[in-house]
Amino acid sequence: MNLIDPKIINDFPILERKINGNRLVYLDNAATTQKPRNVIDAISDYYNNHNANPHRGAYTLSVEATSLYDSAKETVKKFINANSKDEIIFTKNCTESLNLLAFSLSGFFEEGDEILLCVSEHHSNILPWMRLSKDKNLKLNYLYVNDEGIIPEKEYEKINNKTKLVSIAQMSNVLGTIFPVKKISQIAHEKGAIVVIDAAQSIPHKKVDVKDIDADFMVFSAHKMLGPMGIGVLYGKKHLLDDMPPFLLGGDMIEYVYEDHATYAEIPFKLEAGTQNVEGAFGLEAAIHYLEKIGLQNIENHEKILTEYAMQEMLKIPYINIYGPMDLEKHGGIISFNVKDVHPHDVSTVLDSYGISSRAGHHCCQPLMRYMGINASVRISFYLYNSLEDIDVFIESIKNVRKWLGYGS
Amino acid sequence: MDLSQIYTQLIMEHNKNTQNKRALDDPTIVEHGHNPSCGDDITLNLIEKNGVIVDASFTGSGCAISQASTSIMIDLIKGKSTEDALELAELFIKMIKKEIEDDNELEKLEDAVAFENISNMPARVKCAVLPWHTLEEALKK
Ligand SMILES: Cc1ncc(COP(=O)(O)O)c(C=O)c1O
Ligand SMILES: [Zn+2]
Repeated sequence: MNLIDPKIINDFPILERKINGNRLVYLDNAATTQKPRNVIDAISDYYNNHNANPHRGAYTLSVEATSLYDSAKETVKKFINANSKDEIIFTKNCTESLNLLAFSLSGFFEEGDEILLCVSEHHSNILPWMRLSKDKNLKLNYLYVNDEGIIPEKEYEKINNKTKLVSIAQMSNVLGTIFPVKKISQIAHEKGAIVVIDAAQSIPHKKVDVKDIDADFMVFSAHKMLGPMGIGVLYGKKHLLDDMPPFLLGGDMIEYVYEDHATYAEIPFKLEAGTQNVEGAFGLEAAIHYLEKIGLQNIENHEKILTEYAMQEMLKIPYINIYGPMDLEKHGGIISFNVKDVHPHDVSTVLDSYGISSRAGHHCCQPLMRYMGINASVRISFYLYNSLEDIDVFIESIKNVRKWLGYGS
Repeated sequence: MDLSQIYTQLIMEHNKNTQNKRALDDPTIVEHGHNPSCGDDITLNLIEKNGVIVDASFTGSGCAISQASTSIMIDLIKGKSTEDALELAELFIKMIKKEIEDDNELEKLEDAVAFENISNMPARVKCAVLPWHTLEEALKK
């Protein structure tokens, strides 16, 4: 297992920045990632050379914009191993994808049906289902994790004949846990439930194959995988998407519109109302090309080395408390922790003064935080451009936190 | 960013000081305030008699800035009329927004002047202001 060639940091212009006089050490990749030059260039290339409204014009530029948009779908399709590019719906982000699902799947549920989530879900994978459950009198159930952030075997007994949908993140954005989604998908399918995979934190860092997981739906955001903000993906099996009513209504999603009724277009158009984020799609395609050039296996290995090193050094510091699995096979490149006596917000401010970007708070996971009995945590998260030196800077800086807050050491 | 301007001795002492952080028997006003983004969460307890704040305390949790700011505020408003307390809140918020022209005005804020430099750190402004906003909410009822 090897680290990625550190020269790739030259592909990321922002990493040359100084923060408070120090080299930028960007460790908030779970929130969003920095962009390589080819992604930034793709977006300006789109506006410099190809911009027009796709699907609407018979002129050269519109045809070009349409073809770039379609090419991006083809690239996403191959990237996740979908059957057809019509199974790829572009949305604004992971959050919109999940809202679309909860809205358009509503007719699929009957009173008393159950929806099952994990307690560690991001608010975006809780709130749409919560509203749906309240509207339709469904039961919202949760899988609970143990002290190490792992779902004990017994919890899966909650998947029963009433369970109509299981929606779970493949990787927790707080604990870093990689959940066994393939197994969960299998159990859920045996009970006839629909399986939704939130791949927001997994797909940027490892190979994710919708067929291997047998996901009915999968959602993710481009900005967490080197791509631009404002574009996300909803993958769905074709027969399921075919049966879903549209989420947003308007241009580009219709067949015929009369004064008092209308018919809708086929997928994917049915689920993509209005002018789409073509520049975003083009940028996402460039991001996928970059990830594939480096290799997802190499990225996964690189982050494993970083995570192992960071955990090993953090465990040596007695006043640091780490959450999440200690077994690195079950732990991706996210580490949540607290420093004794110091609020996470203060930890993050002190780290920033050394040039380190970290995240403090509840990470949009209040039910998990409450379940763990903590108000907030500090989170660091790695990506392909981070190095062992970044972790050394972090470890040296974290050792200064308690001093700044007036504690001996 | 100079951390020593933010994490001053005074602020750190108040952060660790638990004298004002306690429950209060029979408060006449209880107000809850929080910063959802960073998790600062305080409950302000006041005993008001004939327009005067005779006792005050807080409970809750949060960062050093929010905890110290709350403690310093409590020292400042105890024994003051509610009108004077509201005036101090307005003054504090003005100080954070850098809207005070006459430095003499700042004297009224006593120890709370320690937060003057927070305005150089936009990410932390709401931590310092939290107790004062909570006080305004409490007294406007
Ligand atoms: C697991 C998980 N799901 C969903 C989201 C929401 O992503 P977005 O804000 O891009 O919609 C996030 C982002 O933090 C996440 O970590
Ligand atoms: Zn705070």
